Formats: sequence, structure tokens, C-alpha cells
Amino acid sequence: MAYSEKVMDHFRNPRNVGEMKDPDGVGKVGNPVCGDIMELYIKVKDDTIVDAKFQTLGCGAAIATSSMVTEMVKGQKLEDALKISNSMVAEALGGLPSQKMHCSVLAEEALQSAISDYRNKKGIK
Amino acid sequence: MGRIYLDNNATTPVRPEVAEALAGMLKGCYGNPSTLYCIGQEAHVEMEHARDVMAGILGCNREEVIFTSGGTESDNIAVLGVARANRKKGNHIITTKIEHHAVLNPCKALEKEGFSVTYLPVDKYGMVDPADVERSITSGTVLISIMHANNEVGTIQPIAEIGKMARAHKITFHTDAVQSFGKLSVNVNELGVDLLSASSHKIYGPKGVGLLYVRKGTKILPIMFGGHQERSLRPGTENVPGVVGFGKAAELMAAEGPAEEARLLKLRERLWEGIKANVPHVKLNGHPTMRLAGTLNVIFEYVEGESIILSLDEHGICAASGSACTSDALEPSHVLAAMGVPPEKSHGALRMSFGRENTEQDVDKVLEALPKVVEKLRSFSPIYKDFLKQQQTA
Repeated sequence: MAYSEKVMDHFRNPRNVGEMKDPDGVGKVGNPVCGDIMELYIKVKDDTIVDAKFQTLGCGAAIATSSMVTEMVKGQKLEDALKISNSMVAEALGGLPSQKMHCSVLAEEALQSAISDYRNKKGIK
Repeated sequence: MGRIYLDNNATTPVRPEVAEALAGMLKGCYGNPSTLYCIGQEAHVEMEHARDVMAGILGCNREEVIFTSGGTESDNIAVLGVARANRKKGNHIITTKIEHHAVLNPCKALEKEGFSVTYLPVDKYGMVDPADVERSITSGTVLISIMHANNEVGTIQPIAEIGKMARAHKITFHTDAVQSFGKLSVNVNELGVDLLSASSHKIYGPKGVGLLYVRKGTKILPIMFGGHQERSLRPGTENVPGVVGFGKAAELMAAEGPAEEARLLKLRERLWEGIKANVPHVKLNGHPTMRLAGTLNVIFEYVEGESIILSLDEHGICAASGSACTSDALEPSHVLAAMGVPPEKSHGALRMSFGRENTEQDVDKVLEALPKVVEKLRSFSPIYKDFLKQQQTA
């Protein structure tokens, strides 16, 4: 098993890392028993994600996919952001080892969960 | 950047004297040791010298030493071979929950063949209680297999005590000594074992070679069939260069004796004291004293093991983890689980295992890098954030 250079870059220098003050939406996925927990925070303006940050406990792939997904969603319309799939995140990282693909699912789920949290708060269905 | 190798329980670098012995065999001694002409006999003599070295370390006869392809094969021959040879006597096996998979998986295979297996628990230090062994013995017990020292946490089992028990009940007793051979005393009569597995590449020898000690008179069947080599218990032309390299490695370990173990113990304690002083929320895994001198297994709470390993690698430090994420199986360490460590904690386990190339400077460099690595990973760990908030409100 070996990580791509891009995965290692995002692991070494995670983008948009940290807690966000007053986020418009929060997605919390994973659980400590599995060893991976991800929290994704988004700020939304005019149906567009203007900022995204994350905090993640997990392996190299979990941290790199978290970092990558925050990069990918910034500036995206919510409906477009919802189309971001785990395989798109993995692809943007130059691929993931097969046994690590489940980590990219975490990133997709966190994004979906953050957007639905925003919509629930706004009363949008 | 110099590399600091702290994964000597996984494998060790071949030492120069061993590499030389190996090269000598590869270059000039190609004969098949089973043949009668001179070059075959040369190979035979070299191989038998290695067997004598092993017999000396084990305190047994040379005929009782079987060379194999490594620890896994030795464990498989011992477990499968003894169980199947004794099927008429009974179908019960006793082992522990913390064995290497080279013992656990043959046991699982035997369950499919109709054997029943008792997997004994361990205490929080990873120690088996001999009283549990005694209680588990039935009239149908044909094999007890308990490892000498655990590869993940280093805990040393009370083998001699269990050996006495096995003898009293006339039950064949195997120990997987892959981690202890060459480091602890492995005299088979003092330990009271009938079979013992060892591996070359854990003691600075080449990979792909190991041994199985089989006490004379032990009922055992081969798992592979072929020629008459190794008393037909392990047919196939021997890995002569490997055996010679293994012999050289064992000889050197025996010559160094306990002095090297004492040196490793000092290094290990220096590292552990340094970790405790510089990193909050850490916990030692394994027995405080009955533990391999070179093994240090520590849980760093609120972080995940693989991310520690990747980060340490950036500093040129090689270590291992108990985390699910570093194994293909995606399951947390079965050893830590048996010791009662919950999965959310065992994901943060780091194993650092020392060897002869490590120095005090290595320890100090690790102590420089490790606290920073853990601090960075905790800085974006959501459960660490939750923990800190809880602390504030409490």
C-alpha cells in the first residue's frame, strides 16, 4: 500500500483545517470505534459555499480526503456541491489504495450532512 | 536525514557478518546437502553446523531441530501436525487470544476439521493465567500452544509454569518463540516445551528461514509431502544459504548474551520516560516488567496510529501501529482487544521496537519529533477538541 504524492501533500499540509466560528452547516460523520471521525463546517451565502473547514481524527487517507473535499466545495453552488462523490474526491487526490476507499466515503457523507444541516436550519427541504 | 529504524519486532537488518556468510554460500557452495559427492557434502557440513548452533541454544539434540521457511511455517507444522496426528486421542486444543495469526489461523482451520479450540483470555498486561490453562484441560486435549513473548506488546508468558502442567497431563506443548529466540533463554527443558518455533529475520538473519524444535517422540504429521529432508517433516531441499545465515545470526546473538538486552532495556525506558514527560494522555501497553527489553507499545489518545506513523516517517523514523488503518483487514489489534483496550483507544497505539543499531541519540531524536507530531494531529482531532471543551466545563 502506498499513498500518492498528492495524498501525502494534503496529509502533510492539510488545507482549511480547524474549527469554524458560527458555521452555517456542520456535518459530523464516522465514529471512534472505527477510528475515523470527520467534522466538516460550511459557510453559505446566496446558495453558494463561501468557506469550508474541517477537523478529522483518522488515518492519512481520512485527513487527505477531508482536506481535498473542503478545497473542492469552496465557491460551489449547493446543488453542485451535492454532486461531489467520494470517487471524485479520490480521483482529485490521484487515487487511493483500494482498502482506503472507504475513507473517501466519509468525506462525501460529511459534505452531504453539512449541507442538509444548513438546509434544516434554514427550513429548506 | 539518517533513518531511525524502530520496528525491529517486524524485521531486522541483516548484520554484516551474516551477509558475508550468506554471500559465501551463494557464491561458492551450491551443492544439494542430500547428495554424497564433495560439493553436496560441503553444503551438508555447513548446514549441520548451523543445526548444532541451534541445538546448543535450545539445549536439545541436533536431530530435534527442523529447518523451515520461517515462523509461519513452523507454527503451521506444529499446530496442524500435532492436532492431526493425535486425532484419535482427542480433538481439543488450548491456545490464547493474543497469538500471532500464524497460530490463530491454523487453529481456525482445525475448527473446520472438527477440532474444538479454547482461546484463553489475558489480563490487562497481556499475561495468560496458568490456572486458566489448567482449568481448560480436558481428557481430549491434544495440544497447548502459547507464545513465549508477544510481538505487539512484548509481554512474556509464564511458559515454564505452563510447561510443567502440560507435562503432568501428558499434553503436547508448543510455544511460538519467534520474538524471544536469541533474546531470552529458550532452553526447551527449562521451558518444558515439546515444540518451539523461531525465525531468522527477527535476529538479524535473512528472511525466508526459520526452525521448529520437535522433541523426540512427539506425535506429529507433516503438512507438506515430498522427500526425506528434515526427517520428512519438512520435505524439500533446504534453503542452505538461509540456514547458514540463520545459524550465524543465532551464534552472534548467543555470544552477546544478556548484555545487549540490558542495553535495549535502557533505551526503551529512556524513550518511555521521555514520552511520559513530554506528551499528555499516553498509556503504556504490555507488562511493566515481564516484557521484551526492546518493545514499547504506547497509546496516544485522541489521535490515530497510521497518521502518527506517516508523520514520523517524514522525520525519518520507522515505527508500527495497532491501528486498524495500517492493516489490510481494517480491524484493530486483536492483542490490545484481548487486553481490554477499547477500539477507540487501540487506534492510537504505536509500537516502537528497538534493535542493535539503535542508540541514545535515536531516542533523543524521536523525543524531539514525536511530541510535535502528536500535538499537530491533536490540533485538528475533533475528539480532542470535545475533550478539551469537556475539561473547561468540568
